[in-house]
Amino acid sequence: MSITKPDLSVTLGPLKLKNPLMTSSGTFGYGQEYSELFDLNLLGGIVVKGLSVNPKTGNPPPRIVETSCGMLNAIGLANIGLKAFVEKIAPWLAELTTKVVVNIYGHTIDDYRAVAEGLKGIDAVSALEVNISCPNVECGGMVFGTDPAIAAQVTKEVLKKADKPVIVKLSPNVTDIREMAKAVEGAGAHVISLINAPTGMAVDIRTRRPKLANVSGGLTGPAIRPIALHMVHQVVRTVKIPVIGIGGIMNYQDALEFLIVGARAVQVGTANFVNPRTALNIVEDLERYCIENGIASINDIIGTLDLPPWK
Amino acid sequence: MIDKNTEIAFNTQVAADTYVMGLKAPEVVAAASPGQFVMIRVGSALEPLLRRPFSIGGTLQGELLLILYKVIGRGTALMAKAEKGDHMAVLGPLGRGFSQPRPGKRPILAAGGIGIAPLIFLAQTLTASKPLFLAGYRQAAEKVPFDTFGLTDENLLVATDDGSLGHHGFITDLLETQIDQTEKTSAIVYACGPAPMLKKVAALTISSQTPCQMSLEANMACGLGACQGCAVKSSTPDRLTYYLVCKDGPIFPARAIDWETL
Repeated sequence: MSITKPDLSVTLGPLKLKNPLMTSSGTFGYGQEYSELFDLNLLGGIVVKGLSVNPKTGNPPPRIVETSCGMLNAIGLANIGLKAFVEKIAPWLAELTTKVVVNIYGHTIDDYRAVAEGLKGIDAVSALEVNISCPNVECGGMVFGTDPAIAAQVTKEVLKKADKPVIVKLSPNVTDIREMAKAVEGAGAHVISLINAPTGMAVDIRTRRPKLANVSGGLTGPAIRPIALHMVHQVVRTVKIPVIGIGGIMNYQDALEFLIVGARAVQVGTANFVNPRTALNIVEDLERYCIENGIASINDIIGTLDLPPWK
Repeated sequence: MIDKNTEIAFNTQVAADTYVMGLKAPEVVAAASPGQFVMIRVGSALEPLLRRPFSIGGTLQGELLLILYKVIGRGTALMAKAEKGDHMAVLGPLGRGFSQPRPGKRPILAAGGIGIAPLIFLAQTLTASKPLFLAGYRQAAEKVPFDTFGLTDENLLVATDDGSLGHHGFITDLLETQIDQTEKTSAIVYACGPAPMLKKVAALTISSQTPCQMSLEANMACGLGACQGCAVKSSTPDRLTYYLVCKDGPIFPARAIDWETL
């Protein structure tokens, strides 16, 4: 029997998406920036830019630089702050039928708690994604996302305040990402997303200055995809909670790699800059792929990685 | 805002390392105003990855979008190799353009190098007010021919760093003379060029209380306000210290920018 309308919907614990395509935090603004170009409701979800309690102006320029098959950024999490988000952005987002996820961050555990608390009862928001890649001022600037115990603590505190599913976004800048995944799963996280950006650097050989004013920044784009895929593979084999794969996805073949490895959804990031319709193109291409290959549900692909030894 | 794969009508070298690309993009042309820009994807490979921002360098026959560019890196080198009939993905028009001069104002257009691109588009729309065009180049071979854009050299003054054409020196020397000659309140300056030139133009116009609009450039990934990469520091210590060149600009009043940090 031929498939005419494959089922692309996926379930990530308490979070149901009409398809596995999301846009990643910091690459899609608040969605408004892209809404003129296509219907956002055709996506599984959008993750809006990192939100903190207070507005943040961000780092001095230059903030971004192009590198081989990728880019470095040190934006400094510039954002309008919780109050302006709730008053000005949330009402617009409430009109969308796609799932809206708010990425939250802080420099203290209290910061995280306050954002989670402030988003309570905001129906426009379907889930929180906790960014644990920023420096923890209470622990001498150590990054939350590199210490399993602190990552677990942040997760627990956000869960106490949140009335929505909690996704924890893992940093790749660790020795063993499985330890981080186990810690946040143990703390009760509903979903894990990975990877955030590996730290990188570029130098202008003429001026002998770093190309970013912040000296280092997060490397994103297709350059990081194999690293991301490997880490997603490690994590899906370590935890039982659902995983969202992120890192350099440019097209449906890239997305399929993550799904085959076991991610239940994927986020498209830097590719939004290259072609704003990338995530939507991938939805359409996945549908066509399923039809052409007689696949009734995208779930029939997820986690089907065939590992050696092969018969 | 239009996101479209456009066909190249022509791609011609017009001066040293300088090209004009005509793109068949009537929808973009219809929506565009001087000072706005487009993001162009050069090719379809992963390298170079990002789109490049280009000021709209004018229009022709209501359907051709003109991109005036100089070969300075990998992206523009690839663009120079593109041929008639090839395609370029164009996103735009983006950003806020120039404000038109009030009646009675005498526009002075001050350009440094390839910064002339948005001012050519502006000149195309200002023919009635007979703007004075000041164009600075390093050398005569870089001079952009105006006839390509349907303009004449009638009100054009040129300066070159090496003295091979026009005034031997900087374009800001000519601007200083012109501002001196013009009654303060009657001139309005539109400027685009390298940062050191813009700093000088800002100093001249602010001290003489001459209104001045600047076109700024910055590294940017999206052109839509999403990546927040193209920040420039504002002169006022307001709630948001940075403007985004793509969204708040690329045209800014000279006095809005913190020139110390640029």
